[in-house]
Amino acid sequence: MKSLLEIEEIKIRFRTKGVVKALLDRDKDPYIEAVCGASLSIKQGETFSLVGESGAGKTTLARSIIGLVTPCQGRIRYQGKDLLGLNDKSFKPLRREIAMMFQDPVGCLSPRLCVRAIITEPFRIHGVPVSNMEKEAIKLLDMVGLPASFLGSYPYQLSGGQARRVGMARALALSPKLIIADEPTAGLDVSIQGEILNLMYRLQKELNISFLIITHNLAVVRHTSDRMAIMYLGRFVETGPTDEIFEHPGHPYTRVLLSSSPEPDPDAPRNRVMPIGEIPSLINRPTGCEFHTRCQLAEDRCRRESPPQQIVGPGHHLTCFKSK
Amino acid sequence: MNHDMQPQTRSKKPVLSIKELSVDFKTERGLLQALRRISIDIPSQQIVGLVGESGCGKSTVINSILKLLPNNALIKNGRIELQGEDVLTMSQAQLRATRGKRVSVIFQDPMTSLNPALSIGRQMTNIQYRDQLSKSEKRQRAADMLTRVGIPDAEKRLRSYPHQFSGGMLQRIAIAMALLMQPALLIADEPTTALDATLQIQIIELLKTLQKEFRCSVLFVSHHLGLVADFCDQVVVMYAGEIVESGSVRDIFHRGSHPYTKRLLECDPARIKTKTRVLPTIPGSIPDLVNLSDSCIFNDRCLIKQNNCPQTVAPLMELTTGHFVRCYLNQEGESE
Repeated sequence: MKSLLEIEEIKIRFRTKGVVKALLDRDKDPYIEAVCGASLSIKQGETFSLVGESGAGKTTLARSIIGLVTPCQGRIRYQGKDLLGLNDKSFKPLRREIAMMFQDPVGCLSPRLCVRAIITEPFRIHGVPVSNMEKEAIKLLDMVGLPASFLGSYPYQLSGGQARRVGMARALALSPKLIIADEPTAGLDVSIQGEILNLMYRLQKELNISFLIITHNLAVVRHTSDRMAIMYLGRFVETGPTDEIFEHPGHPYTRVLLSSSPEPDPDAPRNRVMPIGEIPSLINRPTGCEFHTRCQLAEDRCRRESPPQQIVGPGHHLTCFKSK
Repeated sequence: MNHDMQPQTRSKKPVLSIKELSVDFKTERGLLQALRRISIDIPSQQIVGLVGESGCGKSTVINSILKLLPNNALIKNGRIELQGEDVLTMSQAQLRATRGKRVSVIFQDPMTSLNPALSIGRQMTNIQYRDQLSKSEKRQRAADMLTRVGIPDAEKRLRSYPHQFSGGMLQRIAIAMALLMQPALLIADEPTTALDATLQIQIIELLKTLQKEFRCSVLFVSHHLGLVADFCDQVVVMYAGEIVESGSVRDIFHRGSHPYTKRLLECDPARIKTKTRVLPTIPGSIPDLVNLSDSCIFNDRCLIKQNNCPQTVAPLMELTTGHFVRCYLNQEGESE
């Protein structure tokens, strides 16, 4: 299958000091690198998950795909077409095909627009002629399992799960090929979480949509994704097929994440790899392997050299000295 | 396996005992019956988990214990006994002596539960206003407490302000503040929801150690079933303002009997071992608490209900010692 989206070695950096201050102390780098050297590809109809703690650069990477932040290096190709360096005018038609579901379900809906206006706004922005707007709006709500009576509601009247569905209806409006879902189930109850994920899966089967899911909930990743990448300080520490990673987690950080989501069973075996401390600041990146400050296996070599990427299985890559 | 409660803790008087509590809210549409006949006992030095989905009344329970209910709340019925004293009839002065001293709370979001304009040291000495200690002694006590929750260089950090800490550190500080006055009951209201998974587990391990050290009782409110199973001795399951099931952690997670408990556990993707693309859900939505029908609260969404379920609220049944369930299906011993 051909890749729909390809990202090669992109770097995204943010300025931390003003221009004058950066000139004054020249020895220090005025940038932090939120994403450094991440590569991935997503095929048509596939679900890819990005996992990591907050501050790992997941959202920044996703935003760069739809051009909301500009990478300073690397390439992003969509159906073979280079997305970097496109101006607003030539980017606009591509935004029809790549839709985004934002992290905050209520916050991403304009409080002054009713649901009808919210979900039909994409048609107006992209100048798509629709003969019967009302009918189209009802069709979209129906796709996400909401009755037409919601058309006149305002965002404050919606519950978290309903707001997600409206956000999804808006993302579906222009029949995109790729949907980027940023934390699609954060803050939802387990039963509603299941409904949202089932809905995403159903739409994927019916419309052959690709999904890029950003999440920190590994239980969700396990049941929804074909492939996944684990991100730490802007780099992928482990990538591969989901089943393979859950069965043979190679990187110590992956194992930490896996044992951080306890099973709902008081007698489950707790061979816990306790995480140490918190994610370091991007301003002072650790030397060598960047995970060594929190790794229980770290030795001298990890502090000095950064480990190369190695292949441990078909499509399964990781960067660690200690894994075989 | 059945000895998860030590006999001596069971015979002791509970630290907190909520009896038949019913709370209504006055709304434009009429009385909203937020809590109905809630009874919870928190035995001394035990950790009780309170689980349920949003809107089931967990926060109303907490606010009732602290008597912090909004003005439109109406306590219809019931008692809340804290070490034998009824909280609901306390005067303002008595309440002030209770809150923060005998009962303290860790809130969900540490970013907003601390005052951004005061240094950590100032806030931690302020809450010791009841004690006749010198300023430096209070400061020392605060620093010791910070060290205990794992904040390095505590003496120095007392001068820092909340924005200078990360989320995990702030939650540690919030825990330090809650335990500083050695309360008999600690209420943890979703203390890890705002944190990353790796921090969640660190905070839970910290709470476990401190609970043993301070010998306090804990009411742990969460919808994270994995953490509840890991941390709690007893579990109370709430649905739409009612307790549907309560018992020891193994009663609930291994022998859950109420259809809602069963379904809730099935829905947690962490429990499903084999990969599945279609996850279980609970179809339907919670009933309107303003216009309640007389039948079982879970009737509309129950998957295993029988037509002969009586059209009245089921009584609370004791299946085994300490394991209560509010469901007709368990009455003739069908499921056990």
